[in-house]
Amino acid sequence: MKESAHRRQMLKYQVMKLLTQGALLLSLAALITVIVFILVRGLPYVNLQLLFGEYSSKNPTIKPALIGTLYLVLISIVIAAPLGIGSAIFLTEYTNNKRRLIHIIRIAVETLAGIPSIVYGIFGYLVFVIALGFKYSLIGGGITLAVMILPVIVRSTEESLLAVPRSLREGSLALGSSKVRTIFSVVLPCAASGIVTSLILAIGRVISESAVLILTIGMVVNKMPKDFASPGTSLALDVYYFGSHGYPEQAAATGVVLLVLVVSINIMATIIGKIYGKGELADG
Amino acid sequence: MDKKFNITVRNCDLYYSEFHALKNINIEIEEHEVTAMIGPSGCGKSTFIKSLNRMNDLIEDCRISGEIKIGDQNIYDKNTDINLLRKNVGMVFQKPNPFPMSVYDNVAFAPRTFGTKKKNELDKIVERSLKQAGLWGEVRDRLYTNAMGLSGGQQQRLCIARALAADPQILLMDEPTSALDPISTGKIEDLMSMLKADYTIVIVTHNMQQATRISDKTAFFLLGEIIEYNKTDELFANPQDKRTENYITGRFG
Repeated sequence: MKESAHRRQMLKYQVMKLLTQGALLLSLAALITVIVFILVRGLPYVNLQLLFGEYSSKNPTIKPALIGTLYLVLISIVIAAPLGIGSAIFLTEYTNNKRRLIHIIRIAVETLAGIPSIVYGIFGYLVFVIALGFKYSLIGGGITLAVMILPVIVRSTEESLLAVPRSLREGSLALGSSKVRTIFSVVLPCAASGIVTSLILAIGRVISESAVLILTIGMVVNKMPKDFASPGTSLALDVYYFGSHGYPEQAAATGVVLLVLVVSINIMATIIGKIYGKGELADG
Repeated sequence: MDKKFNITVRNCDLYYSEFHALKNINIEIEEHEVTAMIGPSGCGKSTFIKSLNRMNDLIEDCRISGEIKIGDQNIYDKNTDINLLRKNVGMVFQKPNPFPMSVYDNVAFAPRTFGTKKKNELDKIVERSLKQAGLWGEVRDRLYTNAMGLSGGQQQRLCIARALAADPQILLMDEPTSALDPISTGKIEDLMSMLKADYTIVIVTHNMQQATRISDKTAFFLLGEIIEYNKTDELFANPQDKRTENYITGRFG
């Protein structure tokens, strides 16, 4: 009787282990297939001509997209980083957690982070392209992206700030430091790695984004953008354009570039988090 | 500059929202003495010393009434410069809380706050403060390494040095040795007896032996009141109040 109960337990254990193992293997296989497939199809077509050559309809290149993406990253981070970090500082350092209003703001920020990006896209289209008369422009797209990544930056910066022990703030204030000095000399340096990591991940999101840009920057794949106000394209948009306009090789090659870029950005974020995060906040 | 830095507390009441944490406190703390605050947990002794440098201001719904004077200045006056007050009334916390920066930057933190920028002046302050805290010999070769790498006892002496670097007159210590081993505790106790020549020291302690070893006067707190305040040897040898006697003899119910 006891013997069979034990055997049943063992069987359950084995079956469960096998099932979860299978799930993991399938997940990994799916991921690896995507990466390998894109690499195999795209890598042979990644070359200097594609990256930096002049665009022609016979030999399309992604030079305009590289520049466009750079513009978009610059515009969105320059706007979203100070606003996001500033909001997070206000929420953690200047308000009482228990206040109703702050609670509502937090929920709102989290909700904003969950809005589908195409909705931000239509917002950007209606506001910048139509209402403000920017037409299709990198600046309109960049600002829309800034709005999109703001909640992400606010949330993660807030978490980094909350992880700084209260005892350090008290230590600083007890030495006669003002609140401002406490924030700049103690709290922000302690939270720096977390904040930088969150900015890098936000850059990753900007680079991967396509839905917002389809509606805001015009997807002009064949011309170099002249300035912030020009229409343009981005790497992600080029993948879409090439894929839907009969350039499958270039689409795959651009996919490879995008993949490498985003993966390296994520690795960079992890490394920065590790290097600076080590030991500096040993105290809980 | 012949200002006095004795602490005079008159009819002081403190509330955390509805909770009456300090009840009609009256006490006179002398200069250049070590005054110990003893009493069971939650009796208000930490709250009391935190009201001496207005750290209680950070707690929402904390109200205080009555008068707390340092020398002849009421520190709860409207025009009190709180930052200057906290510079003059240094504080060492229960858990060592060095900043995650170099030993040097920790000690130079307060002088920099108050405008000392010159490297050679800072060097002098850092060396003097670390010597006062009995830590110089141990860290002179690692001034520029991260303070988080020091041991707990070293960290706490670093926090003392950091407070001393602000050039305070009064040093508040909130159970400064409760997180430390006996050897580190001994070092910090020795330190206090030396420091009282230059500073007025108020210490909260749970350890009655510690109070008898280091303090000149002792106040016994119970449920937000000062039950008894006297010279330490007299208070321990001959307590006037039954409750004091029960507490110091360990017969506290």
